[in-house]
Amino acid sequence: MALASVLQSESVDFSNYGRQRHGFASGLYEAELGLESVGGDRLSFALSTSCSNGDGPDRKIEFLHGTTTLAFKFQHGVIVAVDSRATAGSYIASQTVKKVIEINPYLLGTMAGGAADCSFWERLLARQCRVYELRNKERISVAAASKLLANMVYQYKGMGLSMGTMVCGWDKTGPGLYYVDSEGNRVCGDLFAVGSGSMYAYGIVDSGLKQKDLTVEEACDLGRRAIYQATYRDAYSGGQVNLYHVHSEGWTRVSQSDVLMLHQQYQAEKA
Amino acid sequence: MAARYDRAITVFSPDGHLFQVEYAQEAVKKGSTAVGIRGKDIVVLGVEKKSVAKLQEERTVRKICALDDHVCMAFAGLTADARIVINRARVECQSHRLTVEDPVTVEYITRHIATLKQRYTQSNGRRPFGISALIVGFDSDGTPRLYQTDPSGTYHAWKANAIGRSAKTVREFLEKNYTEESIATDNEAIKLAIKALLEVVQSGGKNIELAVIRRNQSLKLLESKEIETLVTEIEKEKEEEAEKKKQKKST
Repeated sequence: MALASVLQSESVDFSNYGRQRHGFASGLYEAELGLESVGGDRLSFALSTSCSNGDGPDRKIEFLHGTTTLAFKFQHGVIVAVDSRATAGSYIASQTVKKVIEINPYLLGTMAGGAADCSFWERLLARQCRVYELRNKERISVAAASKLLANMVYQYKGMGLSMGTMVCGWDKTGPGLYYVDSEGNRVCGDLFAVGSGSMYAYGIVDSGLKQKDLTVEEACDLGRRAIYQATYRDAYSGGQVNLYHVHSEGWTRVSQSDVLMLHQQYQAEKA
Repeated sequence: MAARYDRAITVFSPDGHLFQVEYAQEAVKKGSTAVGIRGKDIVVLGVEKKSVAKLQEERTVRKICALDDHVCMAFAGLTADARIVINRARVECQSHRLTVEDPVTVEYITRHIATLKQRYTQSNGRRPFGISALIVGFDSDGTPRLYQTDPSGTYHAWKANAIGRSAKTVREFLEKNYTEESIATDNEAIKLAIKALLEVVQSGGKNIELAVIRRNQSLKLLESKEIETLVTEIEKEKEEEAEKKKQKKST
């Protein structure tokens, strides 16, 4: 079967590894719900800290949930904008993290949550997409790619994966944007922002997108400004704004702008 | 020589044959004829209907089955084996829709069926499926397709093909008569399928079952009345042809 074949022999075999359901798995759930900042709302995009703290001395996994990633569809494709800060508690671990994963020349994935989880599963997705392309002699659709990813991580639901990613691309039905996370959510939409700074980013994009028919320039500017504003107010986001544009020919890396430079630029414009 | 190498199918004979697979192909040749034609906006499947016993309900034996809204297949060979293959193919069509959010292409489902058949030629304690299948349909971009699979697990695309008893005769007829103008319209394509079957089926239209898929429409089985009408049309055309030839000869 299509589903079974993807999940079994063809992907990396974790059959014994992670299959035992430890007691802490249920404990993890309660801890997650407690820490959830948006009440008991299941479809929350603000990822919570997971099991890592206090589950044994060697469980110090560095999570990127302190982050802002954003993607939105517009007339000429999809704009993907991310920050580049990684924090471990209040320590800034890095200001130059690459939070956009280039799955293949026409598909992008963003990274929020566990860095290892995101990059591993998205690289696995890249492999699956390539196999699909070779077998079926045509590119995989964004819907199918996001479904493959969602199904892959669903098998590990409750076992401590932390991943909130947006799969962005262009296929024969036009621009595609899906939000996929380790809880098993997979949602199609026109605009998503993920991470601790997402609320600030939403504010900017929501007001900027009111006027329809953005040009590529305007859309890039909007994405850049949204991330900048999020880094301005959110302590856990910062570094540089990496901006990508997905169009019919694939994706292009538009710019990488340091947040401090942007700050000076915008201040100058105000004056 | 063959006797020692046809027990377990995982064994090659010294001269490179898989005898079980070849015997399966013989079983296919015993089955009733099926013909498939790929037109421009239509794909046609025709099968020879086996005569049923007096007390048997006619409609329970169907040799043309829909795999999904836009794909269907006909087979020749062991009906019971076909039932299994069709079941698996139907499930795969839905599985594909679930994981990929798109209907299967005809090539994909053919490949799936062929892979299934090949698996059975390379495992212990199982015999190959004794059927050849003709799979027809339209892809989502509107291209009509016709594929044929056989018990060994190979598949090929065809413009027109026949399987089962007297497949060779029918195929030769098709090779002579399949031209661009013979499939110019839907009706012409259907008539070509009937003409091909009439070559080998005795007693005409009553023993023919026909199904068509048109672009963006589901499988439609033609009623016997429609087939009868077309058969009479064909016979009239034949007579007119014969008349013309006679006149030519005399003048």
